[in-house]
Amino acid sequence: MIRGFSPNDILFLLGALRWTALLAAGAFVGSAVVGLVLATMRLSRFRAVRWLAIVYVQLVQGIPLLVWLFLLYFGVAMLGFNVDPWLAAILGFSIYGGAFLGEVWRGAMGSIEVTQWEAGAALGLSISQQLRHVIVPQSVQIAIPPTIGFLVQLIKNTSLASTIGILEVTREGQLTSAATYQPMTVYLVVAALYFALCFPLTQWSRSLERKFNAGR
Amino acid sequence: MHLARAVVRYGFQFRDVLAAWELFVEGLLVTLTLSVAAFAGGLALGVLGAAIRTYGPGWAKFLVSSYVAVVRNTPLLVQLFVIFFGLPALGIRLDSMTAAIIALIFNLGAYTVEIVRAGFESIPEGQLEAGRALGLSGPQIFRHVVLFQSMRSMVPALSSQFIFFMLGTAAVSQIAVTDLFHTASLVQSRTFRDFEVYIVIAGIYLVLAQVMRLVFAGGYRLAFGGRS
Amino acid sequence: MPVVEINNIVKRFGSNTVLDDVSLSVDRGEVITVLGRSGSGKSTMLRCINGLEPIQGGSIRVDGVEVNDPACDLRVLRQNVGIVFQSFNLFPHLSVCDNITLAPRIVQRQAREHSRDLARGVLRQVGLEDKLDAFPNSLSGGQKQRVAIARSLAMHPKVMLFDEVTSALDPELTGEVLKVLEGVAAAGMTMILVTHEIGFARRFGSRVVFMHHGKVHEIGPAAETLANPQTAEFAAFLSAVLH
Ligand SMILES: Nc1ncnc2c1ncn2[C@@H]1O[C@H](COP(=O)(O)OP(=O)(O)O)[C@@H](O)[C@H]1O
Ligand SMILES: [Mg+2]
Repeated sequence: MIRGFSPNDILFLLGALRWTALLAAGAFVGSAVVGLVLATMRLSRFRAVRWLAIVYVQLVQGIPLLVWLFLLYFGVAMLGFNVDPWLAAILGFSIYGGAFLGEVWRGAMGSIEVTQWEAGAALGLSISQQLRHVIVPQSVQIAIPPTIGFLVQLIKNTSLASTIGILEVTREGQLTSAATYQPMTVYLVVAALYFALCFPLTQWSRSLERKFNAGR
Repeated sequence: MHLARAVVRYGFQFRDVLAAWELFVEGLLVTLTLSVAAFAGGLALGVLGAAIRTYGPGWAKFLVSSYVAVVRNTPLLVQLFVIFFGLPALGIRLDSMTAAIIALIFNLGAYTVEIVRAGFESIPEGQLEAGRALGLSGPQIFRHVVLFQSMRSMVPALSSQFIFFMLGTAAVSQIAVTDLFHTASLVQSRTFRDFEVYIVIAGIYLVLAQVMRLVFAGGYRLAFGGRS
Repeated sequence: MPVVEINNIVKRFGSNTVLDDVSLSVDRGEVITVLGRSGSGKSTMLRCINGLEPIQGGSIRVDGVEVNDPACDLRVLRQNVGIVFQSFNLFPHLSVCDNITLAPRIVQRQAREHSRDLARGVLRQVGLEDKLDAFPNSLSGGQKQRVAIARSLAMHPKVMLFDEVTSALDPELTGEVLKVLEGVAAAGMTMILVTHEIGFARRFGSRVVFMHHGKVHEIGPAAETLANPQTAEFAAFLSAVLH
């Protein structure tokens, strides 16, 4: 039965936006964990550990996110596991996003001059104290804007979770479009919802970056 | 642990999957076609947009930044849906390949504007003044002073953006373009070996990305010499 | 017992021998000025003394403790050896007070209230008591360097190393930093300074060391040696610096 596009549909889409946000939040936490591990590995004394982190990043960034999601959802199901799409999605986003976040954070730490480490060492700080009191606080300032940029990327990427059946806002849009035969209206509303979520973050990231550059 | 044991027990069978290699090649060609078309169009759009953003009149600047903001703050997948499913409602009917190319160009163009603009802005004011002092016109300065010099700093960012973008084109499979990713579902329905299919697809993308990296690095060295 | 005892050390970067059989013994309260062309190994020698660079031969003892002994706790050593760099290397995210008290608090485990008094005390020594809560990027180059000196003083080191601490400063700011160094020397601190300030070396130095191609080329009492260099290289160096 065909029905028109009503305000109710907007409410449904808004409701689905909740799942988009939840998905992004879960994926962000997962990516942060993976990213932190990778960034730490890149600081390691052992060449093999650093090399492992580099290979991970190259491997993960050379394969589309969509492939990761399908591998984890349909592929792992073949092994005889009942895979929850949410688990597959968050895992996929974390594997994939962690590689990016790890690079962002490593870059931020790398941009702190080596003389700062030395100044800490010369005062008798241990390596972990140098990290904690000197390097990390300065890198955080540098890393925040690109980390917010990453979050925007992540929110947009959650739309791909619709392909493994998660009922987030894009999937809800597909269903609404099929029910109302108003694809243009529906997808524009969906786009507007993403925009409403992402645009403020983008602007925030920009203004922080500008403020930071001005303060230098 | 469970997973590891299951993988061992699974018994991989790549034979049937690899037997469908012709499908993979076809899909790969579609992905490459899409990427190259989008790259050419996106680059042109990006340079134009960046030139307007940097040197154009106020209203045009606003137009470009709105375009950039809209594209960068919405998912490619939704952009594809708007163009492929949405436009027919306005009487514009596009086949999926055309819709995909249009969406991809618009998408890549917006990201390219930002990269190219940063490149333009990295040219010191003194260079422009030197051009003016030599009696070059505005467009001449743009072409001979700004464009060439900024290329050098833009190319690395553009190439990694392009590789990233090329992998992202997998989303076009969702509007029924038979690209490399779409091939996976074709082969899957023949062989029912999902896991193997996606491993093979992952491998192809991985090789593709590495090859592109080498191509870009080589091209950069050819164009700008060994120093970077 | 000397505070710093350098015995025949060799330092290489790859195949490049930067310090070649260098020896130097510094007694308590001495002010050693180290002169030499750029690249002669002056900075490297200082960095070896507080263990920032490992050595490939010979030995360094600070207050009787072997620096390159694997059993030597570098963190303890560095509390005894202060170093001030040409480029200040203040922590830009910390206030002047926190710059000074960071190490006393987390390495020497002083209480925060106590450490603030400590900061005030060393800042008074460098004439910047009013900058306690300022941030580094609001200070002039000379002020930054004085804070860096104060930061080092706050650890109560047994010896202080200064690596061209006035070289990055405009001439009119050099004076204020030299004045501070003068005060530190007058208070009895054992100091090793790499500097191009010959006047300072002559007036406040106990001995001068002239380094050349990674070796101690000439060494002697400050005033006499500067007035009567014994080697042609030192004489050439001095006339180049003075004219
Ligand atoms: N970290 C390093 N790696 C390689 N070579 C170095 C390093 N630090 C210093 N050198 C080399 O050691 C030599 C002495 O340097 P340095 O001690 O800085 O001299 P000075 O302080 O007298 O100008 C120079 O040839 C320099 O190139
Ligand atoms: Mg030096």
